[in-house]
Amino acid sequence: MNTILELPKNTILEVENFTRRFGGLVAVNEVCFAVQHNEIFGLIGPNGAGKTTTFNMMTGLTPPSSGKLMYLGKDITNLKPYQIAQLGMARTFQNIRLFGNLTALENVKIGQHIHSSSGVFNGVFGIGKSKAEEKQILEKAKQLLELVGLHDRAQVEARNFSYGDQRRLEIARALALEPKVLLLDEPAAGMNPNEKAALSDFIRAVREKFKLTVVLIEHHVPLVMGLCDRIAVLNFGQRIALGTPAEVANDPAVIEAYLGGDD
Amino acid sequence: MDIFFSTYGFLIVQMMLQALLGLSLYFPMMAGQLSLASPGFYALGGYIAAVISTKVFVTQGQYPIPMLLLEIVLGALASGVLALVVGIPALRLRGIYLALATIAFVEILRVVSLNLDITGGAVGIFGIPQPFTNSLSYAYLVLPLLVLVAWFASRLERSRVGRALTAIREDELAADAMGINPTYYKVLAFVIGAMVAGGIGAISAHFLNTWNARQGTFDAAINILAYVLIGGSRTFWGAIVGGFALTALPEILRPLGDLRLIVNGLLLVIGAIYLPQGLIRPAWLAGLARLKRKS
Repeated sequence: MNTILELPKNTILEVENFTRRFGGLVAVNEVCFAVQHNEIFGLIGPNGAGKTTTFNMMTGLTPPSSGKLMYLGKDITNLKPYQIAQLGMARTFQNIRLFGNLTALENVKIGQHIHSSSGVFNGVFGIGKSKAEEKQILEKAKQLLELVGLHDRAQVEARNFSYGDQRRLEIARALALEPKVLLLDEPAAGMNPNEKAALSDFIRAVREKFKLTVVLIEHHVPLVMGLCDRIAVLNFGQRIALGTPAEVANDPAVIEAYLGGDD
Repeated sequence: MDIFFSTYGFLIVQMMLQALLGLSLYFPMMAGQLSLASPGFYALGGYIAAVISTKVFVTQGQYPIPMLLLEIVLGALASGVLALVVGIPALRLRGIYLALATIAFVEILRVVSLNLDITGGAVGIFGIPQPFTNSLSYAYLVLPLLVLVAWFASRLERSRVGRALTAIREDELAADAMGINPTYYKVLAFVIGAMVAGGIGAISAHFLNTWNARQGTFDAAINILAYVLIGGSRTFWGAIVGGFALTALPEILRPLGDLRLIVNGLLLVIGAIYLPQGLIRPAWLAGLARLKRKS
């Protein structure tokens, strides 16, 4: 009982009755879950379960048809994506949305937009704090690239990176926002087995280093089971289970969703 | 040499003015916005200068330069304010729809100027006083202005605001998710471009001596767009090189007589097919910079 009483105090992000209809299709139906400070929260489910739609609603890209999104006790349901990002929620995309024609360094520099403030005139004339700011941005971009192991290719255009490297670059760009919550949409997709194995350690290390809360969508079950503190399982737009990896793995509804029923 | 300059003085200044108009279209293009509104702001700036110098502040003899500078500032400011009013709703549109909306904007301004008394109706405004004794002398004003705007563009490209614009051009949704307010930066780029076009209009009104509704037209919009597309839309050099080349081209082809218009059109088509990224590309400039560092 104690854990339930303590829940609200520790909750950073709360999804309340999220519903999203696309025409007659209900992609997400009355989904609820709460994410705790500093935990790694997994969102899993078969294809078309509504995971990415839920993510898009959590980051303002798709407005929910109904439901509420609470972040640090504040209602942020109808904020625009850039406003949600400015509050400290950064994301990556399932289909990787790097700025492909720009170098890795520039991608990570752009991620620092909200932590700098030079306007047109300061920037153009190099006055005020813009010079110091540029130097800081460059330093931090280099550090982040080093963190994801891409520092030796800082000047390479993002589209020339391998799939796995692009995923890591996208995480570096998201980390540049200094987020409180990092949302990763299928971070292991397109990675080879070695990269996948390294990814778990990397996500854990990043959480420790930046005191992050991580929410991730993932298909690769061993990765999710080994990495996440808690997991919510979606199927046909509904949350069918919520709990620790062990609880979820033994849940009959989950087994049925993944392996099919007896019929 | 004197003969060259007295013959081509007009063309040389015209090339610089057109390059500046190319730059005015390049600013919204930095954020990936295809705006064809430049001729509208150009026309507005021109009318402001024409009205001030022929109706408000009438002088005998040479027109004072400080007044011209004041007109440039006023033309730029008025265009900037109008751009803000037009840009906030118009920039919700994307791609070709924005282009259409800005063409409509240019047309509206054209029809309004055809029907107002203050703009001289269909006849326009005549005998706009000259601040310089000959065409080429305009270069004393236009060349520094071109250098200034080009420098501004090059610095902007490498600043925080420029990065935000580039991010929106590359992927608006991803930029949005990175905390960049797309509407703010799109309107900002649109306003900067409009201010350049408005200021250039004020100079052009004096330079051309007369100003009428034919100055801000759809044709002009397409010409300016061609400067940026043929010159290259990914660096400010493209607008300058494109503006120079495409303004000079009909003159260079003059010996061909009537054929020159066909050849001119043909060169544009060939350029669009074989140089889809334009003449000047950022990668090419970077290579040039590396070469220079090595030697």
